[in-house]
Amino acid sequence: MTAVHILYKTFYSLYRLICSMSGGSYYFVIVGHHDNPVFEMDFMPSAKANDPKREDHRHLNQFIAHASLDLVDEQMWTTNNMYLKMVDKFNEWFVSAFVTASRMRFVMLHDEKNEDGIKNFFQEIYETYVKHSMNPFYEINTPIKSANFERKVQFYGRKYLTT
Amino acid sequence: MSRQTARPTDSRKVSAELFTLTYGALVSQLLKDYENDDDVNKQLEKIGYNIGIRAIEDFLARSNVTRCNDFRETADVISKIAFKMFLGISPAVTNWSPAGDEFSLLIENNPLTDFVELPEGHNKLNYSCVLCGALKGALEMVQLEVDVKIVQDQLKGDNVTELRVKFIKRLEDAIPAGED
Repeated sequence: MTAVHILYKTFYSLYRLICSMSGGSYYFVIVGHHDNPVFEMDFMPSAKANDPKREDHRHLNQFIAHASLDLVDEQMWTTNNMYLKMVDKFNEWFVSAFVTASRMRFVMLHDEKNEDGIKNFFQEIYETYVKHSMNPFYEINTPIKSANFERKVQFYGRKYLTT
Repeated sequence: MSRQTARPTDSRKVSAELFTLTYGALVSQLLKDYENDDDVNKQLEKIGYNIGIRAIEDFLARSNVTRCNDFRETADVISKIAFKMFLGISPAVTNWSPAGDEFSLLIENNPLTDFVELPEGHNKLNYSCVLCGALKGALEMVQLEVDVKIVQDQLKGDNVTELRVKFIKRLEDAIPAGED
């Protein structure tokens, strides 16, 4: 574990004294080649949707996802599959990953095990991402701003993650 | 000009996706170079025009059509033979003006615009206006001056892409200066 990883963990355990999380939340991020977030979306159960601490959670989720990138990069060489299942665990957050052929990393933070749902979600998002990247006006590694893409991710999230 | 006998369809086919991607790369590069939507539209029309004046020869050689008797025949040939030969689609010919000198071509699945979404802030970009230029150029080579505009565009939210073709005048062959 890197020093940065340990730092994140101490920061997080302090934070955990203040609030607690319930099941069913997901945070999805597409990470580019320079560890830059290209697209982010979180899926919360409706009970938590209006949580005022959601902004803080977002910063935290970004930390956790970023910290897991090292492990994703290690594990992607050990398998032929694009889906890497669970690569990391962070207190009660699990981190699953999916690496595309062009090394775009899909990272999912979740607090309940949902392997099938997440695997299907990744597959569908992969197809959506490929179609989006065929757009000649989209430059790879730049943030995805298309409303169409967002709608699709929301749809698949509701279908496979938060049912 | 002699007509060649119809040769078999070109065996060196290019994948449709490669064609779409090539055109997409061209337009996005033009956008980066010119930045202004109107300039890009003008350039695309010029490119289309240059393609049209050359493609007409190929078209006439391969399709063996005879001279059209009126503008309606021209419209049918354009939609059923020309578009089919070059793009693999058959747009519908509709919306004839009362005088019979204007018509619309309705394209539903345009191979140029597969997977394309117009970027923010570039709403005036006519992505398919290379087709306008090509039609104009091709028809000019057969002595018909026309004006072609895009009136509906699927990339801008409409259901179909509509090209409006307006007949302007018949061009007479000009004898080069100095000859009899």
